[in-house]
Amino acid sequence: MASITADKTLDTSGLNCPLPVLKTKKALEGLSSGQILEVISTDPGSKADIPAFCNRTGHELVETVEEGGKYIFYIKKA
Amino acid sequence: MATERLAIIATKGTLDWAYPPLILASTAASLGVETAIFFTFYGLNIIHKEKMKHLKIAPVANPAMPMVFPPSVKKTPGVGQLAGLMEAIFPGPPQLMGVIPGMTDFMTAMMKKMFKDHGVASIEELLELCKDADVKLIPCQMTMELFGYEYEEFIDGLEPPGGAATFINYVLEADKPMIIFV
Repeated sequence: MASITADKTLDTSGLNCPLPVLKTKKALEGLSSGQILEVISTDPGSKADIPAFCNRTGHELVETVEEGGKYIFYIKKA
Repeated sequence: MATERLAIIATKGTLDWAYPPLILASTAASLGVETAIFFTFYGLNIIHKEKMKHLKIAPVANPAMPMVFPPSVKKTPGVGQLAGLMEAIFPGPPQLMGVIPGMTDFMTAMMKKMFKDHGVASIEELLELCKDADVKLIPCQMTMELFGYEYEEFIDGLEPPGGAATFINYVLEADKPMIIFV
C-alpha cells in the first residue's frame, strides 16, 4: 500500500477508455499545484493511458499501485 | 509553446464508427491539444439531434462483427445458455442474417447493451465531454445542403458550418498539425 496521502480521490471503477483519463483531467482542475490526486481504475488500458496523460500534461505520476484488479495512480498536479 | 492541433474528419454515420472520432477528440483535448472534428457525409448524423439517437450497427457487409451478447445477457439463466450455444456455432452472425427484418436493430441493441456493461460512454455523453473540453465541432456545409440538413437540426454548441478550405486552414495554422480520417 502506498504511503502517499491524497488530497482528493477519484474512483473510475467500471468505466472504460477514454473516461478514466477525461475524469482525471476534470478532477485535477479542482486541485491546486502540488496537491495529490488519487485515481482508482479497473480499466487495464489506463495502465498505459494515465502515464501518457501525465507525460503530455506535465502532471507528475508519483506512484502506481496495482492490487486486486485495480490500478491506483497518485498524480501530483503541476 | 508551439500550438498542436488535431483535426478529425468524421465521415461515417454508424454507431461503431461514431466512437473513434469522439474518443480521440475528447482525449486529445484533455491532453492539451487544440482539437476539431469536421463532420461530413454520414458523419453529420452523429451531431443530428434526432438521427444521433438512432445510429445503428450494420451486420451486413461487416464480416468482422462478432456474435455479440453482452455479459448481462449471458448471465441470464436460459437465455444465457442459448446465447452461448449460438456463439459456439457461429463466430459471427452469418451475412444472410443481416437481411432478416429487425436484425440490424437487434444487433444494435445488443451492442449498446455491451457498451453499457463494459462502462463505455454513450455517444451523447462523449459529445458532451467533447464540448466540455472545447473540441470544435464543425458541420460540413456542402454535405448539409446535399442531405437537406438545417443547422438548427443539429445539437447546440457547434461551430458555424464550414468547407474544405476552413478545415485545411484550421489545420495549417498550427505549428504541429495532425489529421485523422475516420
